[in-house]
Amino acid sequence: MNLISIAYKSIRQRALASSLTSLSVALGVMLMVAVLVIHGVVDRMFSQTATGYDLIIGPKGSKMQLVLNAIYRVSQPIENLPYRFYKELKEDKRIEIALPLALGDTTQEGGFTIVGTIPEYFVTEYMPERNFEHKKNGKLIAKPFDAIIGSAVARTNDWGIGTTFKLIHGGNEEHVHDEEFTVVSVLGPTGTPNDKTVFVNLKGFYMVQGHDKPIEEAVRRVADFYNEAVDEEELARMLKKAAADEAAHASDDGQHHQHDILEVQKEVTAILIRMKTRENSSVSIYTPGFASSINKGFKAQAVNPIGEIKWLMDNIVGHVRTMLVVMTSLIIVVSGVSIFVSIYNSMSDRRREIAIMRALGASRQTVFSIILSESTLLCVAGGIVGLLLGHGLVFLASPIVEAQSGLPLDPFAFEPMELVLLPILIVIASLIGFIPGMTAYRTDVAEALAD
Amino acid sequence: MSLVISNLRKSYREPDGSVLPILNVHSFELQDAEQAVLVGSSGGGKTTLLNVIAGITSPDYGIVMIDGVNVTRLPEAARDRFRAERIGFVFQTFNLLPAFSALENVLLGMSFCGKRSDRKRASDLLDRVGLSHRLTHRPGQLSVGEQQRVAVARSLANSPSLLLADEPTANVDVANQDTILELIRDACTENEVALLMVTHSKDIAAQFDRVETLSDFNKPEAAS
Repeated sequence: MNLISIAYKSIRQRALASSLTSLSVALGVMLMVAVLVIHGVVDRMFSQTATGYDLIIGPKGSKMQLVLNAIYRVSQPIENLPYRFYKELKEDKRIEIALPLALGDTTQEGGFTIVGTIPEYFVTEYMPERNFEHKKNGKLIAKPFDAIIGSAVARTNDWGIGTTFKLIHGGNEEHVHDEEFTVVSVLGPTGTPNDKTVFVNLKGFYMVQGHDKPIEEAVRRVADFYNEAVDEEELARMLKKAAADEAAHASDDGQHHQHDILEVQKEVTAILIRMKTRENSSVSIYTPGFASSINKGFKAQAVNPIGEIKWLMDNIVGHVRTMLVVMTSLIIVVSGVSIFVSIYNSMSDRRREIAIMRALGASRQTVFSIILSESTLLCVAGGIVGLLLGHGLVFLASPIVEAQSGLPLDPFAFEPMELVLLPILIVIASLIGFIPGMTAYRTDVAEALAD
Repeated sequence: MSLVISNLRKSYREPDGSVLPILNVHSFELQDAEQAVLVGSSGGGKTTLLNVIAGITSPDYGIVMIDGVNVTRLPEAARDRFRAERIGFVFQTFNLLPAFSALENVLLGMSFCGKRSDRKRASDLLDRVGLSHRLTHRPGQLSVGEQQRVAVARSLANSPSLLLADEPTANVDVANQDTILELIRDACTENEVALLMVTHSKDIAAQFDRVETLSDFNKPEAAS
């Protein structure tokens, strides 16, 4: 019989107390593993998704808000940029592609974010070397009222190609737009917020009643953006033409209000930019200069999403993770203390057992090692069970989390920090077992046998 | 010569600080495979003498030679190892570990001498004491007589050269006393193990060829 099997027998003798103390370690480890795995997935998702575009252009305001809104589809848009600004950017020789986004509406069913964009969005890598995949018979948004939906939208709403839907204006459930969009494609899962997004053709988005700014307001906003004087005569002419068009539409019984929209009435919420790179290089030398030129102006800003997300992960999410890891560590430490109490309390009952082993020839070091093995077995067993339970918890939570957030959780994702959990538990076990071990070490054999 | 004791002294310090002499043995010898019984009154130092011989308790002075090795001069760890390898011990209260089965208690006796536990030998020993049908039973599932038989098997696990038995039949019912005694003596004879048994029972003492009265050679008062 080796020391481990002798220790195991002693543990088995106190099966209930031993299982409960070991279970408390397991629960602590389970929570820590769940925190590590979920944080790892969130970290990768945020960090990788941010690598898809070199810059995000939007109105002046919070950089973080711009990134969260344009890429992660959370938070409110800051404001809008004139469509003319997007057209000018598109012509910049340093830019490989500029993808306009128009946000603000949601679907009536499920409340998914609506993004108005152009077909090029779906043929551009959303992450380095990652392209959108369309499910069977999918096609791009060629017509104004075509839509493409993310995989989570399709699953949650049970939508497919041919499904029609309406938009809710600005999240106000009482204001449902009349126009109907039709799903023409369902995207494959990407593990990004695209999975929870409904993309509509930007042309159709502008054609929705209320998305076109009133002409006079639009003209003055563009003039203000460019710091130009308003051409009042031109404005009067535009207003007159618009009034005539409206009168013509009043007698039209068309399904959609496919009225002509002037360019001045169009706005974009943000523009995703990928800069041109030199051959065999993934980094564009134009990015800093281009961003600087945008940021010099007073109305727009260019933000590097990677930098913002790194700041977010390091300063907010990272701290939350650290806090959770500290809390779960404390749970493990408290569990360790309960193991200490359990073993220490048993020592007075086991004084005679220790003395018998010593009388049979066990050295002081041997009985010390047996007690240390007990605490190690309890901690390591708790740790292994906790690792399994932690991944089990992620397994159980993954469909719920994915449905709620679109974040795919891999229950078998292994975080490098998990590797150090067992060695840390062995160190804790050594600390726990030391004092009871010393009690065993110091047992007076003759006295204990005489008791 | 299996056991030689010479000028052995042991005393304890009382709570009031005074010294209480327990042992003062000028000389005692036990030949190889010899069987002797030591009789003495309660509190006369019988158990202390066995503990000193076994190296469980250190003497204040003197020599305990077992198989030519002066046990009292060995460092503690070496003494523990020597005890595991050369000395078998049968206690009055059996001292089996309750969490271990009969077989495991015998295997435990083998665990501390650095050799690989031999399940076959442990099984054979239990068979020898008539417990082949009780291998997996824990002490709580055995009668007192059976428990002491397991203890006898355990004491022989490492093929000791000296077996120390401290009132081995005191806690066993009368019907089992002779059986246990016979078992210990026969096992020692078969394996050529020297036996030193402590008892206060004159009936048991009468069964041995060599009977020593502790007070005849232990003069603690002379040491003070």
